[in-house]
Amino acid sequence: MTVETPLIGHSAAEVVDEHLSGVRVGVVTFPGTLDDRDALRAVRIAGGTGVPLWHGDHDLKEVDAVIIPGGFSYGDYLRAGAISRFAPLMEQITAAASGGSLPVLGICNGFQVLTEAHLLPGSMIKNNHLHFLCKDQRLTVENTMTAWTSSYEQGTEIVVPLKNQDGQFVADERTLDELEGEGRVVFRYAGGNPNGSRRDIAGITNEHGNVVGLMPHPEHAVEAGFGPDSSAFGEVEVRGGVDGLGIFTSVLQKLVNK
Amino acid sequence: MPRIVVDVMPKPEILDPQGKAIAGALPRLGFTGFAEVRQGKRFELTVEGDVTEEVLEHARSAAATLLSNPVIEDVTRVEVIEDAQ
Repeated sequence: MTVETPLIGHSAAEVVDEHLSGVRVGVVTFPGTLDDRDALRAVRIAGGTGVPLWHGDHDLKEVDAVIIPGGFSYGDYLRAGAISRFAPLMEQITAAASGGSLPVLGICNGFQVLTEAHLLPGSMIKNNHLHFLCKDQRLTVENTMTAWTSSYEQGTEIVVPLKNQDGQFVADERTLDELEGEGRVVFRYAGGNPNGSRRDIAGITNEHGNVVGLMPHPEHAVEAGFGPDSSAFGEVEVRGGVDGLGIFTSVLQKLVNK
Repeated sequence: MPRIVVDVMPKPEILDPQGKAIAGALPRLGFTGFAEVRQGKRFELTVEGDVTEEVLEHARSAAATLLSNPVIEDVTRVEVIEDAQ
């Protein structure tokens, strides 16, 4: 007798939408990157095609969007993201993204890389309490016009994991006023500021809305069984939170409708 | 061989969490009388050959673009030091 046991992580979403799966989302790996596999997996679960990219290459492999994932690229030597930003592939990403065409998402260390590359303003310093913090974090989605947030409703709260030590977003007052005035704060911490970030800012976008960076990790909240214990709608089944998935469906939908 | 020293400090208006933690540890060890600690970085660039104005300019440029992040840090010193030996 054969007993069918579902494989762990064997996603139920087996219905392939050919339009979505035709969208190629690159995920960059640097030495010391940790969450590249999770980001690729999130793209796949959202219905797209994940394309691994290597920092040392000059080849963007004709991807339609790029994710710079979390981790400790180059061991955070010098400053988080400081050395990665000069990687050969980053030149191509910066050139394609600064004009507003290529959607780029930086998560955690990826956000730090984007600020070091001057694709996004501000910088990250050590958490004000100095500890590495790992928790499920509530966020308010404040800007749904970006390439990465169009599937959310304005003002929605989501819950995704937060895990970092250099997570305190800082910028001068003028830059902060500019970000606020232009509606470029995309995510704000809800239910308390976890790290001292200026004005509770968790994620921002550039003036075109194609480049988004955020410290928490939406790619860790895309599949039931592996996510947080709560979501925007309250408690869910243990580890059932999938609030992060909207980030990935947003960019796929945008690129399909282009 | 001559070396160029580059000092980088967190900007005055940026809270320095590491410095604050060190300031908190000092009195616990009996080192009292220090009002504040700020922690920075020192880089030593060993120069091949002589330190020309061009080499110094390269060091200043490297300090501004790679060794520091102007959003959170200031370059407070770019200076040649000669080795004693």
